[in-house]
Amino acid sequence: MTATPVTDGDWTSEVLESDKPVLVDFWAEWCGPCKMVSPIVDEIAGEKADELKVVKLNVDENPNTAREYGIMSIPTLLVFKGGAPAKRIVGAKGKAALLADLDEFVS
Amino acid sequence: MSTNEATETEAADPLAAIRDVVIIGSGPAGLTAAVYAARANLEPVVVEGVIEGGPTGGQLTLTTDVENYPGFSQGIMGPELILEMRGQAERFGTTFVTEDVVEAEVEQQPIRLTTASGKVIRTRALIVATGAKPRRLEVPGEDELWGAGVSACATCDGFFFRDKHVVVVGGGDSAMEEATFLTKFASKVTVVHRREELRASVIMQERAFKNDKIEFAFNAAVDEILGEGGLLSAVRLRDTVTDEVRDLPADGLFLAIGHIPNTWLFEDVLDTDDEGYLIVDEPTTTTNVPGVFAAGDVMDHTYRQAVTAAGTGCKAAIDAERWLAGAPGIPASGPDAEPETADV
Repeated sequence: MTATPVTDGDWTSEVLESDKPVLVDFWAEWCGPCKMVSPIVDEIAGEKADELKVVKLNVDENPNTAREYGIMSIPTLLVFKGGAPAKRIVGAKGKAALLADLDEFVS
Repeated sequence: MSTNEATETEAADPLAAIRDVVIIGSGPAGLTAAVYAARANLEPVVVEGVIEGGPTGGQLTLTTDVENYPGFSQGIMGPELILEMRGQAERFGTTFVTEDVVEAEVEQQPIRLTTASGKVIRTRALIVATGAKPRRLEVPGEDELWGAGVSACATCDGFFFRDKHVVVVGGGDSAMEEATFLTKFASKVTVVHRREELRASVIMQERAFKNDKIEFAFNAAVDEILGEGGLLSAVRLRDTVTDEVRDLPADGLFLAIGHIPNTWLFEDVLDTDDEGYLIVDEPTTTTNVPGVFAAGDVMDHTYRQAVTAAGTGCKAAIDAERWLAGAPGIPASGPDAEPETADV
């Protein structure tokens, strides 16, 4: 299981109205560090599927959502809980560091 | 590795056997070393690094057009050049481990490396090609506004500054490159440099001077980065001559103030110069520890080019090969160096 793509169009239903917390990977094709984080995010999607919904948003194709949440640097990961951002993680990190950042959402 | 036992172990896990050459780092230095070592049948392992020393593939993966690497008359994209090098190393039999090294015990034979996931890799020769990381300003506001306007990667984050005003700090080639690149998006780019003159090469300076969107603030140092509503709003500049302070309103700030070599794995073990770069016994790449060689930006604060990094990577592979073979002039070390190398 990997991170599911979301768009400006289905943002509300997929992210804001989700029952589970949602981890969103903001990325773009031209971003080198994003390519390092995305496989780790995909792994987390597989391992933590019960606790966390994991999606990714291409900022090139979906600039409105990126702008709305003040994304100024990618990769940025946001965790949404109950329709609001609950955690912001900026920059590429290793899996252990990322899981540590997410420990309030996953076991 | 010629014994049956070693071959069987190797088939199960290529990292279980003691390796001849392990390379830490996956920029031009590490990958060139891998190409040469692989072609010398040393079956090198490249521990690519993920995060700690910068991105996998090194600083080139954060650039766009590379116009000064020979062999590409029309230029080549940095990430593409790295992928080509990696493919070349792979073709001749390089094993890649996409992890960070967290511990290196080099004052012993075999040398022992531990990765972030706990893998242990043992090797006779080690090539350190860990590169360098962008230097931070270390001023108030930098940490708080990192990713909220402060960035060290124009190619990653320039996109978010369409029709905005951004500041680039630095006076070298990378500052000119970032500033020029950012004009694709930003309405205005101000280059802030603490001296009166740029350090950048003539061609890069001219390109920046000719660009209408680029302005310069000379003799200016960044004292503080100011934010409003969680986003960068201004940069506090101090005139390095008059000490006068002013706030320059801006939406973004990009750092291009040089690099810090990635040597923390070898602190107090490998000799470094005043600026922290590894010292090698020129013209070789031999460090003060036998069997340990250094290549690329971690040992070069003078040239720091992709092509010079590749050049030292090549030298390191040849040095390692000769050392393993017990060539005259390069001493073999460790209690088991003799019988081990006889096998090669």
